[in-house]
Amino acid sequence: MRDLLWLIPLFPLIGAVVNGLVGNRRGWGQHTTSTVALAGSGFAMLAAFAAIVDWATVLGTKAVHVTNLFTWIPAGPGHTADGLLANLKIDFALRLDALSAVMLFFVTLVGFVIHVYSVGYMHSETPRAYARYFAYLNLFMFAMLTLVLGANLAVLFIGWEGVGLCSYLLIGFYFEKDWCAAAGKKAFIVNRIGDFGFLLAIFLAFKTFGTIDFAAMQQMITADPSRYASAATPIALLLFLGAVGKSAQLPLYVWLPDAMAGPTPVSALIHAATMVTAGVYMVARSNFIFAQSPTAMLVVALVGGLTAVFAATIGLAQNDIKKVLAYSTVSQLGYMFLGAGAGAFGAGIFHVFTHAFFKACLFLGAGSVIHAMSGEQDMRRMGGLRKHLPTTYWTFLVATLALAGIPPQAGFFSKDEILGKVFAAGYGNFNGFGAVYLVLWVLGVAGAFMTAFYMFRAVYMTFHGSFRGTAEQAHHMHESPGTMTWPLRILAVGAIVSGFVGIGKAPAFEWDINVFEHLMHPIAPSLEVEHTPTLAGEWVLILVSVAVAVAGILLARRFYSGARAFERPRRLAERFPAVYGAVANKYYVDEFYDATVVAGTLGLARGSYEFDARVVDGAVNGARHLTVGTSFLSGLFDLNVVDGLVNLVADGYAWASRVLRRVQWGVVQGYVLVMAVGFVVMVAAAIWLGR
Amino acid sequence: MITTTHYLMLSLVLFTLGVVGMMVRRNFITVLMCVELILNAANINFIAFSRQLGELTGQVFAVFVITIAAAEAAIGLGIIVALVRLKQTVNLDQVNVMEG
Repeated sequence: MRDLLWLIPLFPLIGAVVNGLVGNRRGWGQHTTSTVALAGSGFAMLAAFAAIVDWATVLGTKAVHVTNLFTWIPAGPGHTADGLLANLKIDFALRLDALSAVMLFFVTLVGFVIHVYSVGYMHSETPRAYARYFAYLNLFMFAMLTLVLGANLAVLFIGWEGVGLCSYLLIGFYFEKDWCAAAGKKAFIVNRIGDFGFLLAIFLAFKTFGTIDFAAMQQMITADPSRYASAATPIALLLFLGAVGKSAQLPLYVWLPDAMAGPTPVSALIHAATMVTAGVYMVARSNFIFAQSPTAMLVVALVGGLTAVFAATIGLAQNDIKKVLAYSTVSQLGYMFLGAGAGAFGAGIFHVFTHAFFKACLFLGAGSVIHAMSGEQDMRRMGGLRKHLPTTYWTFLVATLALAGIPPQAGFFSKDEILGKVFAAGYGNFNGFGAVYLVLWVLGVAGAFMTAFYMFRAVYMTFHGSFRGTAEQAHHMHESPGTMTWPLRILAVGAIVSGFVGIGKAPAFEWDINVFEHLMHPIAPSLEVEHTPTLAGEWVLILVSVAVAVAGILLARRFYSGARAFERPRRLAERFPAVYGAVANKYYVDEFYDATVVAGTLGLARGSYEFDARVVDGAVNGARHLTVGTSFLSGLFDLNVVDGLVNLVADGYAWASRVLRRVQWGVVQGYVLVMAVGFVVMVAAAIWLGR
Repeated sequence: MITTTHYLMLSLVLFTLGVVGMMVRRNFITVLMCVELILNAANINFIAFSRQLGELTGQVFAVFVITIAAAEAAIGLGIIVALVRLKQTVNLDQVNVMEG
């Protein structure tokens, strides 16, 4: 099975083609469409599991298995930056190792579960829109699996662009609404900035290594690290620029909250669980390049840490349930990069892994709430939904506890692993930037507090208290159908158990049961520091992070539940209107971008238009006037001088002939007279002269 | 004694008659006859000098001129016939179609 890796992305591609090109045109019924789509993602999941099992049992989990499908770009020989002649050849190759196996596992599993959920969630769409939706969703699975399995940067880039395209298509799924179409466009354009960096990174890697195959690049770096040390920083930073765009980090995070315009299962699959983590995956995949560059590692950690806190503060004051989750996603992605930047690539991927389950569960729960509320997303009009949506409530609560980092939920283990590694990096003076990492650890802990607060704020506002919506909404209130609740249950179980594969050393009382770390070690080893905190020190860290999470929960409970709910936050907002306004309006970052980048671009476009209309058109019109003028002058010269000369000659002949024709006057005797006279004159002259 | 001078005088008279006749007469036939006079004046000159110089060349020339005069008369009469057919006249004043 491991040699049939290409089957894994192929199944959803077939599903996308069938639904998109046939089902959509013929208007197939929902049953047919969903069967095709579920087969596409289901078979992909089965094939992926079979491939993982085959790889793990036959080759062992340390093995790197590469399937070379065909030579994609045989570019021929070329010179690298060192002047070496390298055969530039890109294979369409798929790679299965521990890293891609983990990604493959949860991408196909969560993907399939969300496909099932979508069957129920999208049932009110027209058949054609339904087919279009599932075609896009399957196409996304194809692109994501290509991204995960790519054995070199170019194949990864195909998937990278593919998921970006599907993200655009699905954000703008309700394209009849202007703001949805605009959100899709925004996501695509912002991602372009990152993709530009990624593309440059690929070119630079090509120029440096003469290959873009991961295994080959790693081999070259391992063989001679000092030789590639200077090239590693620009490559790593450009790759990270791509990751910043795709994974919605500062300053390119702005597209992700707007991406909530898409259907909620899409937000769960693409904008929480899988696609946005592609940046983290890519950084972990090219960890051997990042590891060579302390600068790049510091940048990754800084951007991640700042994003984690920045997005968390915005999440504090959002009232749209999906916006809260969106900022939470941005914040959690920040944690993943913070981990990777502290050298703990495995911990970053571990958080990707656990986050996929609980964040997908949260989004699907939010979708279930929105479904029950007849499309309402504002939490201020919800409340007390616990009674009506029991399954949604307890799955949402489980996932929230996981996100808040309450043991023994998954989020506790992964987030604690990251914070522990960041602290260790600070304590051990990682790359000489120890102080920075300590500050980032403090920021991370503050972010964890805010995470717990805003998530439980959402829980209390949505599920507790009394209902604040309209009577009609209350009348239509219902628990979602089985196709929607079963995915919630599965993901809630995942949110509980997925953390147990990566229990760190301290929580396990020094037992070495961190399966995940061992799995990741051959592919993405953590960069170790010399001085690590003692076991007691790690326990203190754990207690600190649990304590801040519990404090956040208690504060949310105090603020948003009970008889005096909402009173304290309202008073706070009244006392600090400037702070509240800035946070509630997302620090006016969108407005700032509108005023600078967007307005600047529009101004540039307008200026270009003016230049075009005035200077370029002016030059063209000037040339026209010049041509008309010169041809007028040329015509004058032609008419007067040239024609004048010709006419002068003709007139000369006419005059001469008028004179000369008098000689022939028709009187024969006259001719004789002239002849005689002439004869006499000539004789006389001859006599006279001959004398 | 008749000298060459006498012949030349005769020749001069005949020639002058011919030329004046050509100039003053309007009748094509008369003009043609005047041309004969001019030719014969030239013939007299040829013969006179032939006799004075004792050479036969002049006489041979005279014979040639007579021959040509005959041909000329034939052609001239032919032209007159054609002219009469065209214009019903032999008056040269009325034959000025070539006037420039």
